[in-house]
Amino acid sequence: MSTLTTQDTFNSILESAPKNFTELRSKGKAQYLSQGLPALKDEEYKFTPIRKKIEQTISRFELAKSFEVNALDVKAAIFAGFEGSVLVFTNGKFIPELSSYDTTLTVNEITDQPDLPLGSIAKAEKDPFVGLNQAGFQDGIAISLPKKSKIEKPVLLLSFYKSNEGQVIQPRIWIEAGDFAEASFIDLSVSMDDSPYFVNKVVEIKGGVNSQLNYYRLQNEGKHVIEVSNTETDIREHSRFTSVNVSLSGDMVRNNLNLNLIGSNSEGNMYGLYLLNGKTHVDNHTNVDHTIPHAESNELYKGILADQSRGVFNGKIFVRQDAQKTNAFQQNNNILLSEDAIVNTKPQLEIWADDVKCSHGCTTGQLDEEALFYLRARGIDKTQAKGLLLYAFAGEVLEHIGDESFREYCIALVGDRLGSKF
Amino acid sequence: MLSIKNLHASIEGTPILRGINLEIKAGEVHAIMGPNGSGKSTLASVLAGREEYEVTEGEVLFQGKDLLELAPEERAREGVFLAFQYPVEIPGVSSTNFLRTAVNQVREHRGLEPLDAVKFLSLMKEKMKLVEIDQKLLSRALNEGFSGGEKKRNEIFQMAMLEPKLSILDETDSGLDIDALKVVSNGVNQLKSPENATIVVTHYQRLLDYIVPDFVHVLYKGQIVKSGTKDLALELEEKGYDWIKEEVESKATV
Ligand SMILES: Nc1ncnc2c1ncn2[C@@H]1O[C@H](COP(=O)(O)OP(=O)(O)OP(=O)(O)O)[C@@H](O)[C@H]1O
Ligand SMILES: [Mg+2]
Repeated sequence: MSTLTTQDTFNSILESAPKNFTELRSKGKAQYLSQGLPALKDEEYKFTPIRKKIEQTISRFELAKSFEVNALDVKAAIFAGFEGSVLVFTNGKFIPELSSYDTTLTVNEITDQPDLPLGSIAKAEKDPFVGLNQAGFQDGIAISLPKKSKIEKPVLLLSFYKSNEGQVIQPRIWIEAGDFAEASFIDLSVSMDDSPYFVNKVVEIKGGVNSQLNYYRLQNEGKHVIEVSNTETDIREHSRFTSVNVSLSGDMVRNNLNLNLIGSNSEGNMYGLYLLNGKTHVDNHTNVDHTIPHAESNELYKGILADQSRGVFNGKIFVRQDAQKTNAFQQNNNILLSEDAIVNTKPQLEIWADDVKCSHGCTTGQLDEEALFYLRARGIDKTQAKGLLLYAFAGEVLEHIGDESFREYCIALVGDRLGSKF
Repeated sequence: MLSIKNLHASIEGTPILRGINLEIKAGEVHAIMGPNGSGKSTLASVLAGREEYEVTEGEVLFQGKDLLELAPEERAREGVFLAFQYPVEIPGVSSTNFLRTAVNQVREHRGLEPLDAVKFLSLMKEKMKLVEIDQKLLSRALNEGFSGGEKKRNEIFQMAMLEPKLSILDETDSGLDIDALKVVSNGVNQLKSPENATIVVTHYQRLLDYIVPDFVHVLYKGQIVKSGTKDLALELEEKGYDWIKEEVESKATV
């Protein structure tokens, strides 16, 4: 029953997708149809009933159209102290009139770039949502950074979403950085109202040799949002890529982050914070693939879960036979603030090389009572003492956000939440 | 200042304190000694408000107020300070932020203006001198990776910052080298005034050479079984606890 249903429901979406990239789309469609939406028996989705969630929440299986926003909306969405390029999107469509960016960047709508090697980094066979996006993406952009360009100020990818009775939005982003290029991206989404929608986003990042790229994402949309993101990058020689993902809201969120270390002396970093309440469900699946010797990966994901929220962490570290002298570190720590909150955490190490340094660890527990008493014994009230401890816990992730204004913004959001809610 | 009457406390159903009586007046220094496991830290914890302990009987009045009714933070604001036997390491919480929050919450309770950053820093500098604590230590996360001695010194530094009325020093001397012991004792002595009182829990007479007690009490099996002047500490140093234990046991059989 189920595969048929999902095929049927999404068929209309695929039908209404633009008629470009025909070959790419039909391959994506074939991949998607061969897998269908993941069911609970699917190992990769066993803690995240995303199909059920989509079927319950999404009433109109059609692509949400681009809508109008104005300069004031843009201004209101940008956090204090931000300086840099701004690329504005509504339901995935790029709005050049409201965007302003560093002239070193080349920004094009995907539809104008028929030769883009979309799907060459995020491959449709890896995940049905990548297939679905490849088959039916609406809009998106390709950003390219020339060789040796240093984009000093961050590039804000500001997406506004609005849907009519639960529609589907499929944005696509392609980033290509030349050799020695440096840039930071901030992926920020804003819900225009409280209505549900389903976003299925794919971001592909192709890094040149000696490049340094940061990709920061804040998920703080409406409480009824279903969001799937697939972010994948190839990291070449002497390059560094850092991802920081902060999830604060939503109904059900699934992030697949794949780092492919394909050049020696490269470094891939993955940091994540999920601070959840209500019934929010956030699932982070990360995968770092060490294919070459002398590369390093660092990973730290932390969760604070209140109410009936649920967190899932799955961290794969794959060290291939050739990847000698790999250093790979992974850590996942969770604090449960309520008896009804749940965390499922699973490190998955597959190591085929023998000369490697790998470590991983995960903890799930309550707030440290000893520490809490210590703070209270100095006169700090209980709520504030809890806040201080949780804030410190979260801070270890947020400190990896290189851009000060964005870091401060995230810290403030987290601080507010810890002060009021918990 | 502090009046403890027939205090009984247990943890997880096991009675630890079995009827403590103790009167402490402003300006006094009381030493509490006693063999390991006799309940000294338990008494200190119960006074500071640790919630794992259940008070099953008795009362504690602090400046006329029922201390046992108050939350730990309220006790601290009223002026009770516990220097922990094992100070907790708190990663990610900066020592300075923590202390500023604490000092200002205590000040607010006492009806004083909060200290701004400048005033707070100058107060910190002044008190740092008192216990000769290194600035570098305080720029780190609270107690994180501090040596045993550094933690103890930091406790006394916090005490200096918070200006309590009743300080309870739980084995602050253990882990301190001789020089640090002098510095810390000197700090405690300078903070002493006719308005405040100190309880020092210790195993060693040595500390009492520097912080001279008005009274020495021996805690054994959850009761104060002997009280005396500082000479009692000397006697204990010489003879150990066996004679006291025997005294207690013989009384019990009578
Ligand atoms: N959770 C617990 N359950 C049962 N017994 C406990 C618990 N915590 C402490 N105790 C016991 O309470 C008794 C008193 O402990 P306390 O720490 O007060 O002793 P102390 O006099 O401070 O000893 P020391 O000189 O070694 O510091 C000990 O026998 C200890 O084992
Ligand atoms: Mg003790």
